[in-house]
Amino acid sequence: MEVADQGRAPLSGIRVTDFTWAWAGPHGTLLLSMLGAEVIKIESHARLDHARLHSLAAGTVSDDLDESPLFNDLNLGKLSLTLDLRKEEARDVVRRLVARSDVVTQNMRPGVLDRLGLGYEDLRAVKPDIIMLSSSAVGATGPEGSYAGYAPTFACMSGAVEISGYPDEPPSPLSGAVDLRVGTTAAFAVLAALHHRQQSGEGQHIDLSSTEVMSSMIGEAFLEYSLCDRRPQRSGNRDSAMAPHNCYRCRAEKQWVTIAVGSDAEWSALRSVISDPELGDEAFAGPVERWRNQERLDSIIERWTRQREPREAVEILQRAGVAAMVVHTGASIGSDPHVRERGVFETVVHPKIGERQVVRPPWGLEGVGVDRPAPMIGEHTEYVLQEILGLSRDEIDRLEEAGAIR
Amino acid sequence: MRTGALAGLSVLELGGMVAAPYCAKLLGDLGAEVLKVEAPGSGDPARSRGPFPDDIPHPERSALFLYLNTSKRGVTLNLATETGIRIFRELAGDVDVLIEDRVPGELEGLGLGYPQLSERNPRLVMTSVTPFGQTGPYRHHHSHHLNLYHASAHSDPFHLAFGKEGRPPPKAGGYLGDYDAGLTAAIGTLAAVIGRAGSGRGQHVDISKQEAMMCMERVDIGRLTNDPNPQPRRVVGGLTRAVDGYLMLTPLEKHQWKGLIRAMGEPEWSKAEWCRTERGRLEHADEAREHIDRWAAGRTRDEIYHRCQAEKTPAGPVRDVAEVREWEQARAREFFAEIEHPEAGTQVYPTAPYRFSRTPWAGFAAPLLGEHNQEVYCEGLGYSQQDLARLAAAGVI
Repeated sequence: MEVADQGRAPLSGIRVTDFTWAWAGPHGTLLLSMLGAEVIKIESHARLDHARLHSLAAGTVSDDLDESPLFNDLNLGKLSLTLDLRKEEARDVVRRLVARSDVVTQNMRPGVLDRLGLGYEDLRAVKPDIIMLSSSAVGATGPEGSYAGYAPTFACMSGAVEISGYPDEPPSPLSGAVDLRVGTTAAFAVLAALHHRQQSGEGQHIDLSSTEVMSSMIGEAFLEYSLCDRRPQRSGNRDSAMAPHNCYRCRAEKQWVTIAVGSDAEWSALRSVISDPELGDEAFAGPVERWRNQERLDSIIERWTRQREPREAVEILQRAGVAAMVVHTGASIGSDPHVRERGVFETVVHPKIGERQVVRPPWGLEGVGVDRPAPMIGEHTEYVLQEILGLSRDEIDRLEEAGAIR
Repeated sequence: MRTGALAGLSVLELGGMVAAPYCAKLLGDLGAEVLKVEAPGSGDPARSRGPFPDDIPHPERSALFLYLNTSKRGVTLNLATETGIRIFRELAGDVDVLIEDRVPGELEGLGLGYPQLSERNPRLVMTSVTPFGQTGPYRHHHSHHLNLYHASAHSDPFHLAFGKEGRPPPKAGGYLGDYDAGLTAAIGTLAAVIGRAGSGRGQHVDISKQEAMMCMERVDIGRLTNDPNPQPRRVVGGLTRAVDGYLMLTPLEKHQWKGLIRAMGEPEWSKAEWCRTERGRLEHADEAREHIDRWAAGRTRDEIYHRCQAEKTPAGPVRDVAEVREWEQARAREFFAEIEHPEAGTQVYPTAPYRFSRTPWAGFAAPLLGEHNQEVYCEGLGYSQQDLARLAAAGVI
């Protein structure tokens, strides 16, 4: 990272034909694009990526296909090629493009691409070492292989939602991050397959289940069930062993800090900051006692935090060696001094939306960054057909007449 | 030689708890040769963290450790000794990857930082996984999963919309944020390994858990960073309560909404004008919700799930871990596998969410503390049995 932005991006020279849409799939290819791959997003006016229209996050609907900030955030740096896959001429373009690609990604309902003659076996025939990743709600095989889902349903079915939230409230359905976890896992799987191809020359197909992604990220809960015969329950911000372990209110309403104490050293550090004599009580003598009496403990700590601003409290606690942090909202994190100093946000200029702050790639790798906004729909159709596939003007005109490239 | 997509890749792990060990596990489960280095005596803190059977602590029976350390060999090594540092340098001398989670600057102080190790092994990819990264004012801040989760703006989006007034946002269950960081680190690591084929040299990958988590929430963080006055969030559907538990319905697209209405038996209210457009449905989200809740209250999760799915409408029951284990789809896909471990017995583990057509998942049981000392130090580095005894007596291993 000493020479960041100077070297070649790790995936430069890798081309991805990308059929994914919505959130999860595009986030996976966004990561590949950030790593230097050329990602060609196959879109169609006949079958729009609904992220161009909807903003599920904001609850808004737009009519302009090129001004969705949500779409921009998930498709930075990609190229857009419009193809109506119902037309044989369009499917022929796909085959030609795949023959010049390293990776194909898709998250349509299992079987859809196969019925179009663009399944793994078909594409392998035109590019024997192709790597193809298919992502779906519950995996492409099994009795429910054709079932559909979005992030909230994957998360619920995985076991992760049941253990998230307060015990006396309905479970927390988590957030859009669930989709992005699926995409991140897909990017990891593609990299592993690329490594294998680098070593052996072999491509392969990868069948990814979004629900299994979330289950594997709470793996220890399944082991607890197997090994200890217990089903973990949701516990708000509390921990099964550590105390104190919670969010504590600061001076102003809706302002919180987290404090977590996991060792005797951390407990002593906390006591050195909060001088309240009540903390010397027998009830807080050891970790077991502190855990048992944590409600009382919490109210003593909150007496202290309520007199302070979040950053002030964190500074005092961290200086003493206590794990404490500000509870950030999406709106407040951009002004965090550490986040600013590390340059976590980059500015991208989008022709319709204007300047956008976007979260940069999370690895600090050489040659990796964000250099372009998301494409306008069909923005690179000509480029891909002419420069990558070498089609003539006549051939492109014929595709246009056939309605294949819209 | 192991099989799998990452066969032939050698990885040294100096990690504890969740993030760095998960990164190394992801690589090991796909065939990489992972060697985990632990402190003599107590080992990875996950060994003492549990959960344990009957709540009785035992370093070889921690569910957390057992899951996060599959597909690794393990040695003990004391980096507080000169000899321990020398041996670590030998181990790092010819590996492809080092994954570590020490406080920034600590390894460099021991002569084991990236500049020092890469001098001897220029192809080394060194991945450092820390709460706030190698630079910046918080680089030495203490942080447990709770702190990091809330410091990365993850708890905010849904709580803002649905949380109770006056109550702080709850964290996600388990260690989700640490898994995010481990997964992100695995991508950075593999990308650097792949890029190395062209450049001939490795690099130092700086993973800040906070940034890894922020990247997972990039849509909402982006939205709120760019728009100081966001519109209130509305969704059609959401969590509803069936007879036997909660269920999620997401009839986002037109055909999915129509599917839901068919599944509900085309009730009279669904013929209202507002039901026809997405805007209308969003504006009447509360009303739609009341109708859905009333309908769901008389049915089981499974009935609603299969009925909606038959109409191509996304629905998903909230399941606990036992229910996921019993789920027919998980069984048919063999998502869970039995793995035998000498101290923990045969247990059921989640495998991986991806099926590679050529290179299957290749997981095996986590190592006992110091299980491979002899294999690695004697057979690998050429120490004698006497040396091994001497190193043990000196507290080096």
